Amino acid sequence: MISYLIRRLLYAIPILLGVNVITFALFFLVNTPDDMARMQLGAKRVTPEAITKWKQERGYDKPLLYNADAAGPGKLTHTIFFEKSLRMFVFDFGRADDGRDIAREIRLRMGPSLAVAVPAFFVGLLVYITFALGFAFFRATYLDFWGVVICIAAMSISSMFYIIGGQYLIGKLWHLVPISGFSGGVDALRFIVLPAAIGVIGSFGASTRLYRTFFLEEISKDYVRTARAKGLTEMTVLFRHVLKNAMIPILTGVVVAIPFLFIGGLITESFFGIPGLGSYTIDAINSQDFGVVRSMVFIGSLLYIAGLLLTDISYTLVDPRVRLA
Amino acid sequence: MKVHMQRSLWVLWLPLLAGCGGSPWNNPYPASDAGKNILYASFAERPKHLDPVQSYSSNEITFTAQIYEPPLQYHYLQRPYTLIPGVAEAVPQPRYLDASGRQLPADAAIKDTAYTVYEIKIKRGIRYQPHPAFAREANGEFRYRNLSERDLADKNVLADFREQGTRELKAQDFEYQIKRLAHPRLHSPILGLMADYIVGLKDYAERLKQVNDGLVKNGSDDAWIDLTAYPLAGVEVVDDYTYRIRLKGRYPQFLYWLAMPFFAPVPLEVDRFFGQPGMAKKNLTLDWYPVGTGPYMLTENDPNRVMVLERNPNFHGETYPGEGEPGDAAAGLLVDAGKPLPFVDKIVFTLEKEGIPRWNKFLQGYYDASGIGSDTFDQAVRFGAGGEAAVTDSMQKQGIRLSTTVAVSTYYMGFNMLDPVVGGSSERARKLRQAISIAVDYEEYISIFRNGRGIPAQGPLPPGIFGFRDGQGGVNPMVYAWDGRQAARKPVEAAKQLLAEAGYPDGVDSKAGTPLVLYFDVTARGVEAKSTLDWYQSQFAKINVQLQVRPTDYNRFQDKIRKGNAQIYEWGWHADYPDPENFLFLLHGAQGKVKTQGENASNYANPDYDRAFEQMKNMPNSAEREAIIDRMLGILREDAPWLWGFHPKDYALYHAWYGNLKPNKIAYNTMKYHRIDSALREQQRRAWNQPVWWPSVLGVLVLIAFALPALFAWRRHERGTARR
Repeated sequence: MISYLIRRLLYAIPILLGVNVITFALFFLVNTPDDMARMQLGAKRVTPEAITKWKQERGYDKPLLYNADAAGPGKLTHTIFFEKSLRMFVFDFGRADDGRDIAREIRLRMGPSLAVAVPAFFVGLLVYITFALGFAFFRATYLDFWGVVICIAAMSISSMFYIIGGQYLIGKLWHLVPISGFSGGVDALRFIVLPAAIGVIGSFGASTRLYRTFFLEEISKDYVRTARAKGLTEMTVLFRHVLKNAMIPILTGVVVAIPFLFIGGLITESFFGIPGLGSYTIDAINSQDFGVVRSMVFIGSLLYIAGLLLTDISYTLVDPRVRLA
Repeated sequence: MKVHMQRSLWVLWLPLLAGCGGSPWNNPYPASDAGKNILYASFAERPKHLDPVQSYSSNEITFTAQIYEPPLQYHYLQRPYTLIPGVAEAVPQPRYLDASGRQLPADAAIKDTAYTVYEIKIKRGIRYQPHPAFAREANGEFRYRNLSERDLADKNVLADFREQGTRELKAQDFEYQIKRLAHPRLHSPILGLMADYIVGLKDYAERLKQVNDGLVKNGSDDAWIDLTAYPLAGVEVVDDYTYRIRLKGRYPQFLYWLAMPFFAPVPLEVDRFFGQPGMAKKNLTLDWYPVGTGPYMLTENDPNRVMVLERNPNFHGETYPGEGEPGDAAAGLLVDAGKPLPFVDKIVFTLEKEGIPRWNKFLQGYYDASGIGSDTFDQAVRFGAGGEAAVTDSMQKQGIRLSTTVAVSTYYMGFNMLDPVVGGSSERARKLRQAISIAVDYEEYISIFRNGRGIPAQGPLPPGIFGFRDGQGGVNPMVYAWDGRQAARKPVEAAKQLLAEAGYPDGVDSKAGTPLVLYFDVTARGVEAKSTLDWYQSQFAKINVQLQVRPTDYNRFQDKIRKGNAQIYEWGWHADYPDPENFLFLLHGAQGKVKTQGENASNYANPDYDRAFEQMKNMPNSAEREAIIDRMLGILREDAPWLWGFHPKDYALYHAWYGNLKPNKIAYNTMKYHRIDSALREQQRRAWNQPVWWPSVLGVLVLIAFALPALFAWRRHERGTARR
């Protein structure tokens, strides 16, 4: 297992490098350093000298990937790519274009993102599995039929509808929670309830239906028939046998999603005024802040790799037949 | 165990209940703030800079203008906009000097004036807000100077520096700030402009650049630069309360700049404090923690969530104005005359990126004021029989009031004068532009797309700016005819006639025999903009001209404008200060975008206009200046480098508890005049936000109704016997 983990971690290096190159290429395909300077310096009275100065100060006056004027390894190292992107491999994210330290900002914003995403994730998992098991139990009855109809209807509705509808009904009409905002400490609960609930409801249709399929697949297997033949109650069959065996495909989707809880929801955070990493990323894209965009993409990739690794490890925990080598 | 678990569950609900503490459940603010003298506002975009040397956009000046006090300010109530002293004792009068430094009479010819000197005397006894940069030890040494890495280890926000101090405002602080305009690391947007006027500023910027380059070379990129070590020729400190600024030639608009935060004082101690090694790494910068003498100080700066301004305990006791425009007294705007400012103790700005939650929170009473989006316009505003705007009945029931004012802005459609088809000074191109000017019906545009919020422009000058003429005298005769009561757009036939005279009869190029196709460069916009673009095409189609829309992103659009590759484009301008020069320079030849990267995006150049501009720009407002402006407007209307577009009308809504409101489109330091009736607000909030429980109860009952048959079915299943 250790050698497997080391191998996977080594694989991560070329993957991260590739992601960096792609991010870099895509970003500078759309934005030039001049555009970035203009965006930061404002729309009025921006002189070419100010743009040159801004670029010089932040190292954006160098060639993108290859510096023909430099000598030796400087041809590759005295470039924007080398100076801006490769430093991240030692977790040196540098500064945002507004001068703020990116690593510090990420640390500050991780909390609010997690505050919304973690409860939504765990409550959601509980709800989806409960309903999916229920539908599997009542398979081929009107409850199962209408359950699936509701799931499909829920899947067909845009997440934006849930957000706006939730804010309208629960915040505006019923006055139960604040429409948007955030606060520290336990007071944060008042602000988390609605976005977390909407997060759960928004994924209800797709997740419940998927898990129902996993359960139905397990229910039709021989070992389940054997368990019933032994005289076990249906509840015992479902919880002790079916649920356990259906966890492998569920884990595939769930564990890989855990690292993304840090990143936060892009639209949810924006609508609910949650000062998390999702809104940080959106703001950076809008303000063409390459420093923040590359950092967030890098962290996203890293977390994704970590998620896949965790998934593999979790297989060994739920299925003794799986061995990592 | 069971009891313990139940308690734990209750703990989870406590914040919900206790957090509300009798105040509405949906109150997004702490219950302890209920009934306090706080103004609640929102901001949609986090400010990039709060350093007065850099902050320029309205979302930044909204904050800095409450904190920093420049020498001058605008009168809150008087119109047209009038400069009055801020921290200066009086509005300075210019002294004109010739090249040898001899004083000239006030009516001396502009060409004889080599220099203008403004001597500014500041009021005594003004003190800065409490700040750690001023804190001193018993021996007089600064408490937080020469901090080591270890000293800074536990300092993450400004509040971590426990001790604070203050000191009196001095003339040296103004000099220091003017020097900061040239600081190579600060990128002041007005350096280029001011270097043309303030004596020695250009050389000073060069000198500082050399100093900075030397530091960079030594690897000391972040080292603090002591600006006091380098004198600036154009600024002289006479004594602690007097300083002089020497300008090249004449520049009467300079007084308006003295009313902006760019010229507000920055104390050396503060710059020195934030310039210490390790501070920037912790985001402790002047750009993040502004320090001023104004009515408010920034006590919480979390632009990801909330920014809080609180009353500056050292504020110097300015009072509410005692006179205004006719009608101000009747509107209740003079009730507080002579009372000390500010009225509000605290201003809470909450980040609200999306319009829907912002609007709903306004309706619930959690924001004291709101703009009106196009999607909520019908909900908020109705028009009376005479076309006057008023709030709808539902708004009126809540006591919400509407305020409308024409912005000092112009939104226009421009022609690239370097373009071979629509540009140039030929008769053919001019008549083509004039024909299009008639065809594009901005009255219709305002009605359809802006809910009537705007007035069609007759030229670049909006109302409220010297040189703007109302009525028949201000009509653009190329596009409108005066029908005795109002300006009426000329019929499409007139446009077609001009088009034929331009060599495009019926929209066909008579030389080439091909239909005339023009290109409209716009920034990439979604489906919601399609109707606007379709409308533009239909306007051109009225004279059989095909308009091809070329959508692109804003970067590429700017690039096209810079390189002169666009043919027709649309843009806008909001006044920096209330002077015609600030609009007419947008068409000055020397400002050509392609030639000089200036602000003249149309690259318009007319020698007559340019001469008149040079003559007009440095004149005081007078009949003579007005006559020159009339002449310039005549040239512009004839040449038609822009479709003059419209001047937007801003609509804003205010709750009944919000007082002393008079829209001001130039000044931003107006929050000190505003008043809040917090008792009324608290009462209304409670009345409007009673929790509604029955839908939740109903929801639970429905769930139970669904669950019960399932439960019964399960029990049946469990108790049943096996069947064949």
